[in-house]
Amino acid sequence: MEIETREIRFSEERLAEVRQILQRYPEGRQKSALLPLLHIAQAEFDNWLSPDVMDYVAGLLDIEPIEVYEVASFYTMFNLRPVGKYVLEICRTGPCCLVGAEKVQAHIEEKLGIKPGETTPDGMFTLKPVECLAACGFGPVMQVGATYYEKLTPERTDELLERFRNENKRATYC
Amino acid sequence: MSEKFKITIDGVSAEVEPGTTILNAARQIGGDLVPPAMCYYSKLEGSGGKCRTCLVKVSKGSEKDPRPMPKLVASCRTTVMDGMEVQNITSPEVLEARKGVVEFLLINHPLDCPVCDQAGECKLQDLSYEHGAEATRYEFNRRTFERIDIGDKIQLHMNRCILCYRCVYVANQLTDNRVHGIVGRGDMSEISTYVEKAIDNDFSGNVIDVCPVGALTDKTFRFKNRVWFTRPVSAHRDCDKCCGKVTLWYKGEDVLRVTARKDEYGEVEEFICNTCRYDKKKTSDWVIDGPAQIQRQSVISANHYDGKVVPVIDKR
Amino acid sequence: MGVKILTQHSGVPGIDTFEVYRKQGGYAAVEKALKSMSPEEVLEEVKKSGLRGRGGAGFPTGLKWSFLAKPEGVPRYLVCNADESEPGTFKDRELMSRNPHSLIEGMIVSSYALGANTSYIYVRGELFYVIRILEKAIAEAYEKGLLGKNILGTGYDLDLYVQPGGGAYICGEETALIESLEGKRGNPRIKPPFPAVSGVWGCPTVVNNVETIAATSWIILNGGDEYAKIGIGRSTGTKLISACGNINQPGIYEIELGLPVEEFIYSDEYCGGIAGGKRLKAVVAGGSSVPVLPANLILKTIAGEPRLMTYESLADGGFATGTMMGSGGFIAMDEDACIVRNTWNFTRFYHHESCGQCSPCREGTGWMEKVLHRIEYGHGKMSDIDLLVDVAAKIEGNTICPLGDAAAWPVGSAIRHFREEFEWHVKEPRLSQQQNYGLAAYADPLPVPVTEES
Repeated sequence: MEIETREIRFSEERLAEVRQILQRYPEGRQKSALLPLLHIAQAEFDNWLSPDVMDYVAGLLDIEPIEVYEVASFYTMFNLRPVGKYVLEICRTGPCCLVGAEKVQAHIEEKLGIKPGETTPDGMFTLKPVECLAACGFGPVMQVGATYYEKLTPERTDELLERFRNENKRATYC
Repeated sequence: MSEKFKITIDGVSAEVEPGTTILNAARQIGGDLVPPAMCYYSKLEGSGGKCRTCLVKVSKGSEKDPRPMPKLVASCRTTVMDGMEVQNITSPEVLEARKGVVEFLLINHPLDCPVCDQAGECKLQDLSYEHGAEATRYEFNRRTFERIDIGDKIQLHMNRCILCYRCVYVANQLTDNRVHGIVGRGDMSEISTYVEKAIDNDFSGNVIDVCPVGALTDKTFRFKNRVWFTRPVSAHRDCDKCCGKVTLWYKGEDVLRVTARKDEYGEVEEFICNTCRYDKKKTSDWVIDGPAQIQRQSVISANHYDGKVVPVIDKR
Repeated sequence: MGVKILTQHSGVPGIDTFEVYRKQGGYAAVEKALKSMSPEEVLEEVKKSGLRGRGGAGFPTGLKWSFLAKPEGVPRYLVCNADESEPGTFKDRELMSRNPHSLIEGMIVSSYALGANTSYIYVRGELFYVIRILEKAIAEAYEKGLLGKNILGTGYDLDLYVQPGGGAYICGEETALIESLEGKRGNPRIKPPFPAVSGVWGCPTVVNNVETIAATSWIILNGGDEYAKIGIGRSTGTKLISACGNINQPGIYEIELGLPVEEFIYSDEYCGGIAGGKRLKAVVAGGSSVPVLPANLILKTIAGEPRLMTYESLADGGFATGTMMGSGGFIAMDEDACIVRNTWNFTRFYHHESCGQCSPCREGTGWMEKVLHRIEYGHGKMSDIDLLVDVAAKIEGNTICPLGDAAAWPVGSAIRHFREEFEWHVKEPRLSQQQNYGLAAYADPLPVPVTEES
């Protein structure tokens, strides 16, 4: 997979957003902005957090880089390796499984020829089973970028994959 | 001076300053009613509460509110109330829970004591011996990590780590900038620098001394000798960075390693700098104070010391 | 039809906009509280209402508020816990996305009562689209003078911000949430000190669930006594129940506490019965962490009384024959559901979500997961079942935070009530891979154990 290299720096718009976020917290508590900033950084830089990106965030907040690594590696939404354009986050927790999530996941695995954690060779899809997405009444459910896709069936999943392939646009949380 | 609080642990009473934890109250009493501690370290602010080996039963909350506490509590993080009554080794419930904690700490531990430099002064060894079961019921593959060097003097065997966080507190509280920490989560958490980076500052070596197990060991001492074949000797020197009070570990006439001095609970008395630890390994670097106090039950005292052992001192 | 408080605007087009919400009588509680009541009076009404924390613990909200320390010159914070992630629970997401202003109104009233001038809504990061909805609604409220300086000319100032999480169930635990809000790993803090004394940035803090906060507006507008008239005994008011699993009508239902469980499951107003005309096998009544109960015990208590949707009735019989209200995540399992598989699945969840800070949870959850996996896939041993019971017991009560208990209870209860099914997986390793145990071997109704838990 090709990884674009570019200068790690937020756009002016994003920097304005950062400044606004920092105002939410009292003086000297700027570390509180870490999670919001990591989300922005991930969205800005190909949907994953390289050490360089994390170091950049550490610099923005004036904290040690290890403080960022500790946090980024704790939370599941942060990708610490390159991912495909569409990260298929299918819920694998109990309630979704009661209504067929395992079948949907198996269908995706077969259709795309990838296992959990893997990315298709064309760099389009990464399969990332996740725990409960808090949409249990509308399962099986899958999150792609910021969008929840609910009441999935293998057929509906096929349509979605087709749609993503045509759109061909990186899906991020924010 | 404020009023003292009365506490009774396993039937033994003591008066302690308000704000004292149950564990420290027990240490003031001393003896076998002192709960074991794997993560708490009195010199490191914020430590404790994590390993759960020091759990005790509070059978009476205080004189004012005598109700027992509903759950076992971490004695290292629970402060004494006036009139509190605590059961440690007299409570079967506590002993059972502790046995459980020891088993949990060991299920993913490699049990490689025969090749571990910490053997003989390992708190986990002591704990397993005193509170553990004879055999494990765990039948799965153990979690493994690569062994890595963090700097040229410290080796990290993550497999042996019990995630006490002490080394993180050392880095936070003794050094200017921390480069290692806990990454990952759950049972895949690990001590790491994340990217290849050396822990490099004047006090970094203290992470070795505070590590209760063989996760962080001194590379300059690696495989040189079993600790019980070495002789600990107290010594000091004028040091412009630290207190300069250390223990020298001798084999014959050679100083094999230098550590901080430790008290009866295995805690360093005062932290030392890397110069004292790594760069002063000649007897001539030091003023010798005499044989270090080693607890009688320690394996280190088993091998020698029939009362009076005079260190071999290089008189040059 | 019972009283609707949290879903009173359900179905009103455009209710997510300030305009419509205001037209429907929204923000009247803010006006009433700020203009005609002292913070103490607001607290008094909430106390009188008997409202209990809707996030899972069920602790009386007014009492929790009254514990808040008020040292001079130190800011106090209200943090809304919108980190909804207990499997089976999805009510807060619906409430926030459909009616964001109802949460904002509750935040203003509650912040006023607590003397907080800055408050946060911590939303699980996965729900970024909900965060955007909230942010838009908050911007509207600022514009209309309901947030910011000198709200409605009363001299009360409040800033309200939304904070995203990063994907961690544990951040639903209030001290882990506070750590996360401070930009740290979600490791729960060792208590004491409690957040009421030392919370966000060491300042006195109250953390309340979305549903709890949203309920306060109605209480202020109608009075605590009116709220307390709804429900039974100490279970006052209404509760959102997230219903899911093998039922005909999954979704969110606002019930008056006291509704019989049987009616909730089978009435067309609620779940509409078991999907596909199948029979009910088991229910997890309050989110994945509470004890699972077989059909007979969820419908009736051990004494044969109808089981009601109240904190007390669901807990009737203790853990031997009862369960808990929890967060109201109601998961129904039909006759084809496999209890062993579901238990393994839940345990995998807790293993995955353990923060790793304290040893019993870090090591024990993974151990249980492996043993359950072995049993589910036909490689288990008979001794594994007692091993699980013992490991669960050694985690329970011995951890820093309740995640240890949450991981232990599903395992303990599943084996307590469905031991035959676990044994069958061991005795019939091949058959168990081809079919489910179902209800075949259970007498209908399922046997009720008469002994206390050992």
